[in-house]
Amino acid sequence: MLADKDRIFTNLYGLHDVGLKGAMSRGQWNGTKGFIDKGRDWIVEQIKASGLRGRGGAGFPTGLKWSFMPKQSDGRPHYLVVNADESEPGTCKDREIMRHDPHTLVEGCLIAGFAMGAHAAYIYVRGEFIREREALQRAIDEAYDAKLLGKNNIHGWDFDVYVHHGAGAYICGEETALLESLEGKKGQPRLKPPFPANVGLYGCPTTVNNVESIAVAPEILRRGAAWFAGIGRPNNVGTKLFCISGHVERPCTVEEAMGIPFRELIEKHCGGVRGGWDNLLAVIPGGSSVPCLPADMCRDLPMDFDTLRNVKSGLGTAAVIVMDKSTDIIRAIARLAYFYKHESCGQCTPCREGTGWMWRVLTRMAEGRAQKSEIDMLLNVSYQIEGHTICALGDAAAWPVQGLIRHFRHVIEDRIDSYSANPDPEGAVTMQAAE
Amino acid sequence: MAKLLVDGIEVDVPDHYTLLQACEEAGAEIPRFCYHERLSIAGNCRMCLVEVKGGPPKPQASCAMGVRDLRPGPNGEPPEVMTRSPMVKKAREGVMEFLLINHPLDCPICDQGGECDLQDQAMAYGVDKNRFHENKRAVEDKYIGPLVRTRMTRCIHCTRCVRFTTEVAGISELGLIGRGEDAEITTYLERAMSSELQGNVIDLCPVGALTSRPYQDQARPWELSKTESVDVMDAVGSNIRVDTRGREVMRIMPRVHEDVNEEWISDKTRFVWDGLRSQRLDRPYVRKGGKLQAATWNDAFDAIAAKMKGLAGSRVGMIAGDLSGVEEMFALKDLAERLEIASVDCRQDGSALDRKSGRGSYIFNSGIAGIEEADAILIVGANPRLEASVLNARIRKRWLLGDLVVGYVGADQPDLTYEYEYLGAGPDSLAEIAGGEGSFGKALKKARRPMIIVGQGATTRPDGAAVLAQCADIAVKFGMVAPESDPDWIGFNILHNAAARVGGLDVGFLPGEGGLATAGIVEAAGKGDLDVVFLLGADEIDTNALGNAFVVYIGTHGDRGAHRADVILPGAAYTEKSVTYVNTEGRPQMTARAAFPPGEAREDWAIIRALSGHLGARLPYDSIAALRATLYADMPHLAALDRRVPSAATDVMALAKKGGRTQKGGFVPVVGDFYLTNPIARASKVMAEASALAVQLAKEATGTHG
Repeated sequence: MLADKDRIFTNLYGLHDVGLKGAMSRGQWNGTKGFIDKGRDWIVEQIKASGLRGRGGAGFPTGLKWSFMPKQSDGRPHYLVVNADESEPGTCKDREIMRHDPHTLVEGCLIAGFAMGAHAAYIYVRGEFIREREALQRAIDEAYDAKLLGKNNIHGWDFDVYVHHGAGAYICGEETALLESLEGKKGQPRLKPPFPANVGLYGCPTTVNNVESIAVAPEILRRGAAWFAGIGRPNNVGTKLFCISGHVERPCTVEEAMGIPFRELIEKHCGGVRGGWDNLLAVIPGGSSVPCLPADMCRDLPMDFDTLRNVKSGLGTAAVIVMDKSTDIIRAIARLAYFYKHESCGQCTPCREGTGWMWRVLTRMAEGRAQKSEIDMLLNVSYQIEGHTICALGDAAAWPVQGLIRHFRHVIEDRIDSYSANPDPEGAVTMQAAE
Repeated sequence: MAKLLVDGIEVDVPDHYTLLQACEEAGAEIPRFCYHERLSIAGNCRMCLVEVKGGPPKPQASCAMGVRDLRPGPNGEPPEVMTRSPMVKKAREGVMEFLLINHPLDCPICDQGGECDLQDQAMAYGVDKNRFHENKRAVEDKYIGPLVRTRMTRCIHCTRCVRFTTEVAGISELGLIGRGEDAEITTYLERAMSSELQGNVIDLCPVGALTSRPYQDQARPWELSKTESVDVMDAVGSNIRVDTRGREVMRIMPRVHEDVNEEWISDKTRFVWDGLRSQRLDRPYVRKGGKLQAATWNDAFDAIAAKMKGLAGSRVGMIAGDLSGVEEMFALKDLAERLEIASVDCRQDGSALDRKSGRGSYIFNSGIAGIEEADAILIVGANPRLEASVLNARIRKRWLLGDLVVGYVGADQPDLTYEYEYLGAGPDSLAEIAGGEGSFGKALKKARRPMIIVGQGATTRPDGAAVLAQCADIAVKFGMVAPESDPDWIGFNILHNAAARVGGLDVGFLPGEGGLATAGIVEAAGKGDLDVVFLLGADEIDTNALGNAFVVYIGTHGDRGAHRADVILPGAAYTEKSVTYVNTEGRPQMTARAAFPPGEAREDWAIIRALSGHLGARLPYDSIAALRATLYADMPHLAALDRRVPSAATDVMALAKKGGRTQKGGFVPVVGDFYLTNPIARASKVMAEASALAVQLAKEATGTHG
């Protein structure tokens, strides 16, 4: 369990002063100028050494990402874009940061922006996050007033932070769709390559990072890369915000060490599974887009990127959705399939046509109104979507379905059997039509 | 150059190539729906997926990935691309299945059937069974104008139409609304599109979602005979394919000609074919007792011969119209010379362009493709969007590349689909530009390959000759005419709007010694100084002003000229004869006969040849081949079909020295109503509908309606 002294987000629950004064009393904005004076390369090296992996879901090493930015500007400005379009069902960590610890993010923007030679950062806030945007804007205004940001600030690196409010489309959390939306266009993902580090916002070198990745950066520099790298397991280090929802006694968002076993996470922070551990049915360990795991697989599973990938799931955003045995797992996944069908941008074929198909088949399966051969067909369709689309939404739509079929095929089969045994329990449909 | 292996075949391709281009270079066929050579890359249909060795373990969209993005193997082996691997096959089958699940099975009633990319590629790359048992999606049809019919359920969301209209046509009126499977292509609030190039979306649409409204349910592609020909609706000389069934033209499609129309044609070119069926003159007529009565060819010829008998050449005038071919103008001019008729003119708009000033003074010297090399364009008295829509798209294409300044001189400020600097209305503004003043003058000075485009709005004024000289003067002053640094560049360009004009000027269908020009002929006829006027398809003159002159009309449609005529000799339209047209850049091209003229109508040269016999001045050629032999002996450059003979820079330099007094007043572009510029278009119901709609849209735009 993570010791209190190792926490980065010391005001995650808003129990203390959210303003600049409170933030500074908790150590934020301390020594920032010193980091900047040590130069770009030092910061990037530190972040690389800390082993920080992107907190937005894919787990790409953050230091490496920053190092992709051109060392010298070719005349084009560089941009930092912070992805605060947190819309994945189950995920609610960036929300807490922006509400209660916004200065971690604002300070992180300055440091990350400096590390990539950017003089401006855009924070793209999800459309539904009204209060969060206000809190963040307040923090930024405070920082401007205290000359921590802006032209001729005390850090000696001119830096502006702009908050952009999205319109609430899930797809705008995809980094290139986010850039399109930020430019005022329709939020549809771009083709890659070229990658944003080369051609990003307004055609300029851009790095898009998750809120949490940016917010932890200042504290890593303050305490040293070794401190961060010492928490957790090799290649899966540091602290991480876990958002536990679903059938636990006390759902919560909590900062924990990477690699904490699932059981410990639930017991320590959430008061256990509703109805006891025997009542656990399945867990979606990383937000709605990763495949679910059945209870027996995940009880003592360390929650980190590599372990979860090895069991064909993923840590994603560490949004742990716990489902007990009262859950109709087919309906649950069908609902997720509806979400992806609804949020598909419609640009490329497999996702546009496939997500709706999967949702319709799953809806029938939830009632048992299907053929058993359709289970394999559904799996096949999901593989036909995965990896064939422009962005990862196709993958995200396919994975939950694959997880369902991988682990709960018997449930679907039982449902089909019981439906075909008694397809018309109400007797509503009679044989009159046949006569 | 980048080296790579495609299915084991090594190819060397330029660095900027995409994988798709490289694969085609290696002879591999890549299916695609959204990719189009002339549009931006969308990469959204996912049909062109290929496997890339060394890359991520998933197929890549070959249309969007450059060969530069590929990494070589660990020992420097060239990157490898597989287009026939199991992964690719599976990916294509998957995409094909997704495209088909919501596509209606209405091929038997779909106009695209038989020439449908989806059909063809489903046969080649799809699977034969259906696993989709849900309800298919139905999408409401949209109204996007009288020319393009929509069946939106068939749409596969490739967005080619959206990209064409925004990029090439320059109207942001078509778009994709909604998202996911509810995404639909539509115009905002289902308004009609306002482009003169909108018909091209029909060709671009890979399925039957956007089809031709006039052609709807008319024919099947396999029952049509296809004839490659040339368009005459404007002076661009767009290359077309005329599809006929029996003797009727069923539709007109573009052909690719990189230097002329690329692969676009204007709506007038595409949809005018119904005008070839109505109002046709299908037999000779002779006016008796004030009324036109059907007659035999001999009666008609006799009536003309009787009138011409003993008449001096000076009592006769001849005007050729906008759609006349080179051969018939040559024959008629030959006849005129034999009858000592000097009052002959092919410029029915009264333009001051003249053969005497050299060919360089009346053609689009830089060529249409030359627009892409220009970095400054001055447009004078022309609305290229209406006068030569396809050429205008070329200017827009150049403009989109950046570093192009466009200046415009004219009485109004039309929407040309690209930005321009409005420099004034008339000759005074030209004088200011000549002085090198203002931002545009400076830009023109700095430009490496500047260009001036002079429209007929400038040359058809009474002071046309002086304006023309003034424009030539600007051209010479600003280094547009063979500057030392670039001796091959001539940026002095005349934009014609009549297909026949350059050909007419080339063969010298112009007033001879003491002869009258068009305005003179009309005036003299009105005053009774001319007894007989021959109109070779000339309908754009004031036929009511011809007084009591005996009017012989040789033409195709019952238009203005025929109404005034005393004798009508029915001719053949451009789809019914093989004649030469010289486009605005001086490129001779030949049409081909796709159908026969209706009834007793004959090819125009044959009519003139027959007439010559009755007038006792028998022309010495009995076949079109013999006629051409004579023509080519006189004008060898016309024999070099599809080749542009560069004109002499000295033509323009000499023109620049002519000077002359210009008058006040702005240049008014000659084409007012794009859809109704010639007798064929005026006979077309489709054009009438489009014209009415354009008028209505213009009214709404100015806010004077309602």
